[in-house]
Amino acid sequence: MANFYSDNKDLQYHLSHPLMKRIIELKERNFADAKLYDYAPQDTEDALDSYRRVLDIVGEVCGEVIAPNAEGVDHEGPRVVNDHVEYASGTVRNIEALNEAGLGGMTLPRKYDGLNMPVTCFAMANEMVARADAGFENIWGLQDCAETINEFASEEIKAKFLPRVSAGETCAMDLTEPDAGSDLGAVMLKASWDEAAGVWRLNGCKRFITNGDGDISLVLARTEEGTKDARGLSMLIYDKRDGGVKVRRIENKLGIKGSPTCELVFNNAPAVLVGDRKMGLIKYVMSLMNAARLGIAAQSTGLCEAAYREALKYAGEREQFGKPIIQFAAVSEMLKNMEAKTLASRAMLYETARFVDIYKQLTHISHDRSLESEERAEMKFYNRLADGFTPLAKMFASEYANEVAYDSIQIHGGSGYMKDYACERLYRDARIMNIYEGTTQLQVVAAINHVTKGTYLEQIMRYEENTPTEATKAMYDKLVELRKVYEQVVERVETIDKECAGYKDFHARRLVEIAGYIILSHIMLRQAGECEAEYLNPTKVFVKYASKKITEAESYINASEAEDVELFKA
Amino acid sequence: MAKQVPDTRNVGKDAMTPEGTVNRAALAAIFNPEDLNALEMALQMKDRIGNARVEVLTMGPQRAADVIREAMFRGADGGYLLSGREFAGSDTLATSYALSCALRKINPDIIVAGRQAIDGDTAQVGPQVAEKLDLPQVTYAEELVDINDSEITIKRRLERGSEVVVAPLPAVITVNASAKECRPRNAKRVMKFKYALATSEMATADDKAKGFIEERPYLHIVEFAAADVNPDPEQLGLSGSPTKVKKIENVVFQAKEAKTLTSEDADIEALMVELIAGHTLG
Repeated sequence: MANFYSDNKDLQYHLSHPLMKRIIELKERNFADAKLYDYAPQDTEDALDSYRRVLDIVGEVCGEVIAPNAEGVDHEGPRVVNDHVEYASGTVRNIEALNEAGLGGMTLPRKYDGLNMPVTCFAMANEMVARADAGFENIWGLQDCAETINEFASEEIKAKFLPRVSAGETCAMDLTEPDAGSDLGAVMLKASWDEAAGVWRLNGCKRFITNGDGDISLVLARTEEGTKDARGLSMLIYDKRDGGVKVRRIENKLGIKGSPTCELVFNNAPAVLVGDRKMGLIKYVMSLMNAARLGIAAQSTGLCEAAYREALKYAGEREQFGKPIIQFAAVSEMLKNMEAKTLASRAMLYETARFVDIYKQLTHISHDRSLESEERAEMKFYNRLADGFTPLAKMFASEYANEVAYDSIQIHGGSGYMKDYACERLYRDARIMNIYEGTTQLQVVAAINHVTKGTYLEQIMRYEENTPTEATKAMYDKLVELRKVYEQVVERVETIDKECAGYKDFHARRLVEIAGYIILSHIMLRQAGECEAEYLNPTKVFVKYASKKITEAESYINASEAEDVELFKA
Repeated sequence: MAKQVPDTRNVGKDAMTPEGTVNRAALAAIFNPEDLNALEMALQMKDRIGNARVEVLTMGPQRAADVIREAMFRGADGGYLLSGREFAGSDTLATSYALSCALRKINPDIIVAGRQAIDGDTAQVGPQVAEKLDLPQVTYAEELVDINDSEITIKRRLERGSEVVVAPLPAVITVNASAKECRPRNAKRVMKFKYALATSEMATADDKAKGFIEERPYLHIVEFAAADVNPDPEQLGLSGSPTKVKKIENVVFQAKEAKTLTSEDADIEALMVELIAGHTLG
């Protein structure tokens, strides 16, 4: 029996992180639900045990159902039939299995039939689903649209839609249009108030909509006639049961072929407003996007895991010159680096997810009662970390997914270029991950503020407060040295930028990457200190790799003068 | 009816003891696969009828209660553990006798079981239970076609095709591996039933767990000792088991060099002689 949870010690390790205790405390609020629901936990240990058991179910469905279906889904893909999406048969079976297992509404409160699990656990589930089939993860992972509804919609809307998500209905977020991609402020889909019917009416089209024919769609639309920017946009919910939206076509993509990417035509489609008018992009989409970015970090980590395992297996079986190719240094070095990148992606993903959990949960509590001043400080603290870490997690995991998938094919040699092995599908699937939900270049735009504002440096200093063990001391010293390098280059860039605007933008990615490499290394280092047998060697491998990358970026920055920026202008 | 069996599907080097018996310590204890198909069919019956209960009866040591919990996670409402030293050493005859005694007590409307267990592969227990209870039986069931209060319609998978049969209720149905796979464990059910314990397990549980089960009676797995099901002691366990193992042979497959045959008659003739002599053919 293949089980993607029980076969992955690293995932299990992350569930036992000390911060989980605080997360459960906030999530369960004195375990009041235990009196109301027969599946609610009695105490912290009980909650953690339930998380483990539920993730074990996810792992089994992934290993036994979704992974075996992945190849068929990739070949078959979805189709448009009578203006609606018909999923590949394997996709239908996947959804059925997950719904039988009752895994809808994983993070939603019990009063909406949810499982009330932390974002961290949902990210784990997403990671496993993506390891089984990255394209399918897009469809299933969209249940986090419900989180946005839960956070911002009225009680009436929540009571109507959230139990349906818990029962397994699928979601979509309809943001992109032909002329509004990264620049969502340009969205033109028109929403007009229909006084007679008492609903909003949507007219226009959307493009590149993942699972566009989902049951419940969050739609970004222009409610304020005559406006042209972000301030005229609101968030609405369109219910597929009401009708009014046609799928014009499904894109023919390089990868994630099982995930229907739709072009939608709205024709007087009825919709209800979420929260306040004009806050659609400014507030709600930002929240939605942060959750989605964490989702892509999970998807990317799952893909790393799959690509690494495929390569490891092949390298152990394939013999050349009388021995398995894994025994050749060039191959085993690649594998060790792939492993280190996979573990580092995961470490960053769950560090971020825990930050998100604490601040999100405190936000929810603040809707019911006013927070104590300590709690307010805690919320602010973790909110800032979550904002700073989310773009890093997304950027690093998605770039690593591409690198690991690339190396996975390389290890398979000529066979990897054929359709016979899963690595070619993984390579195609990975390619979108550093593009959608904000390209890597846009993650840098979000992250550079945290370089300037010092979020990263402060957190690195906090990591430095951890006392290293004997085995990690040398790496710790190296990271302290690299932090000083980071401070030096940041200072240099900011100084020159004052004279020459554009210099900081030019080096933004390099600065963000240096910060990221130090942060990832520190999280790995902490793990190596706690669990030497599992993590010491991969951490050594990662820190060596990180040092090399940082040195490279440092030497580039220190050797580039203000006028060099001109060289790269179009 | 379900059985906990050693997982013989992925057998490693240490699966057998040097004495030639199954090394249970080296093999994980699992829900017999075809019993899972049977559970799914029983749950489908419940889905169709609505007002019904699915309960699992298993015979085995205390740890066999895992099978009942697993069934509850997947949709069963409860279960019975038939356990005691008197049952040790049962062959299929003694097993079906013990199970039929328990079933007389439970008195179900339909009995569903897997065709056979992967440790013994006899496929005898289901039919023997039906005979002992004097009930009609449908074997090789593949699909539940229909069910109502008085009869059940089943599609059977046979060697050269399939047939649809109708049986009056109560009846015993044994289900094939080709039937629909069992639904997965359900998240909420796992959280709800994870503390379910059989009576003898409760004896060693802490006070917290006991109190919890008192509060929530659905967490109590009924346990029958031999005396609870009024059996004839002679027909239980070893004394009720006429099966005697004559000899256990440890067959070790050894890789030999491949043999190349031409299409000449002489080569084929020689192979036929060899196969007949080795009792592979004939």
